Amino acid sequence: MSLLLTLAVDTPQFLPQQIAFGIIATISVLSALKLVTTSNVVHAALYLVLVLASVAALYVLLAAEFVAATQVLVYIGAVMVLMLFGVMLTRAQIGAEEGLDHEQRWIGALVALFLLGIMSFALVDHFGDERLPENIVPQQTAEVSDEIFSTYIVPFEAISVLLLAALIGAIVVARRD
Amino acid sequence: MSVELAYWQSTSIRLVFALVAVLIPAGGAVYLYLFKMMSFMQSRLGPMEAGPYGSMQLLAEVGKWLQKEDIFPRKADKLVFALAPYVVLLSTFLLVLVVPFGPDAYFVDLDVGVFFALAVSSVSVLGILMAGWGSANKYSLLGGLRAAGQLIAYELPMVLAVVGVVIQAGTLSMQGIVSAQAEGEIFGFGGLGNPFIITQFVGFAIFMIAVQAELSMTPFDMPIAESELVTGYLTEYSGMRFLLFFIGEFATANIFAFFASVLFLGGWTVPPFITDIFGIEYDDAIFNVLGPIVMLTKMLLVTFLVYWARFSYPRFREDQLQRFAWKILIPISLVNIFVTGVLKVVF
Repeated sequence: MSLLLTLAVDTPQFLPQQIAFGIIATISVLSALKLVTTSNVVHAALYLVLVLASVAALYVLLAAEFVAATQVLVYIGAVMVLMLFGVMLTRAQIGAEEGLDHEQRWIGALVALFLLGIMSFALVDHFGDERLPENIVPQQTAEVSDEIFSTYIVPFEAISVLLLAALIGAIVVARRD
Repeated sequence: MSVELAYWQSTSIRLVFALVAVLIPAGGAVYLYLFKMMSFMQSRLGPMEAGPYGSMQLLAEVGKWLQKEDIFPRKADKLVFALAPYVVLLSTFLLVLVVPFGPDAYFVDLDVGVFFALAVSSVSVLGILMAGWGSANKYSLLGGLRAAGQLIAYELPMVLAVVGVVIQAGTLSMQGIVSAQAEGEIFGFGGLGNPFIITQFVGFAIFMIAVQAELSMTPFDMPIAESELVTGYLTEYSGMRFLLFFIGEFATANIFAFFASVLFLGGWTVPPFITDIFGIEYDDAIFNVLGPIVMLTKMLLVTFLVYWARFSYPRFREDQLQRFAWKILIPISLVNIFVTGVLKVVF
């Protein structure tokens, strides 16, 4: 909270964005907590949708429209729909479910905290001094594609080949002849 | 003359217009096609009592739905069951945001326009899955699963059909696609502009078939097949919540028709040979007024195709439906992208 206030004092023109960030971040964190504590698999998946949607909203705040639309299309429209589809096809009972909790949850929480620490340290260490430009303009899609096909062409191709391998693997596994 | 408006003022005006742009065309198309055209195609009169030629029938129907009891099934997951129609409506209202109605008459001109539309249109699947699961009814669950399978299968050809248009226009922005068509020429003849329905006819056909399937309209109404699933994921819904689903379905039909008009029929512009007669540019300020009318006309033409198919064809079987998407539509649209890309580079 105090961090938010200092940021608001530093850059008054971003005050609406700061407020929006506060709201979105709260929704995101609360639904992430509910996601791991709820006792129903479908509810957990729906909370995950909320988390992913608030991440998309954060991308919009950062003026990265293309990334936000991709987040919605890929994670909400495809991944979560497939996940819900799978859950509903197999075990989709309504109401609380037994056996979703087990003894290792404290270790899990510990690992998650550890990860949070590492990631915050890395982010603050690397980007701690950077500030958003005064006049932030929405990112142009053409610039994104130019970057992908020039600076990041090697990782892009590597991921393409990886996905192709995964695709062929899925077909091989699914095909029983 | 220009008026300076505060952010909240322009936002409220946009909200009102978004409601108008979603509800009025939906009501009009439902009366014109669902009530009247279907009746005439079946040699009957349709609604005649409420208002002249039954034109107030829809108001009577809405009144009827609003009076009905709001029923929750006893074992239903109340929250998910109650939220599902709103998720579907949310997707509908997000979709209308990127439709341009004139050179300055648009809600928002996103640089990622078409991509945004395709992304938010996939959110409605979530609402349908929620409805199917939350109802605690086997028919609903089966209907929801069928709907999800169908919507995933037909989203791909839809995206791929739009990619052809995007390659030709060279932009994802809806306004950019409209101007690309208005300024385009066909072999040096600019009188018609270059509506992409001519060069991208394959894309248009695939897009319309995919739209029909995305809307679960006959012949793609396997998810709500009444002879085997009651009404699928809608079985347990009544009253207000059913009305919301109903609005969502038919308003989305109109909005997809708006998209087809923008992507393939030139959007809010008229063919340049008409504007040449009056000696004005295609994006003259007058089109802020005429544009919505042009869009409405084109939208009604496209929705006519949708409802024509709806009332003419019998239902696909589930396996035929999936095979049609994966083995016919997707390969054709991939070839279409390839050919468009090659021709784009050549010319």
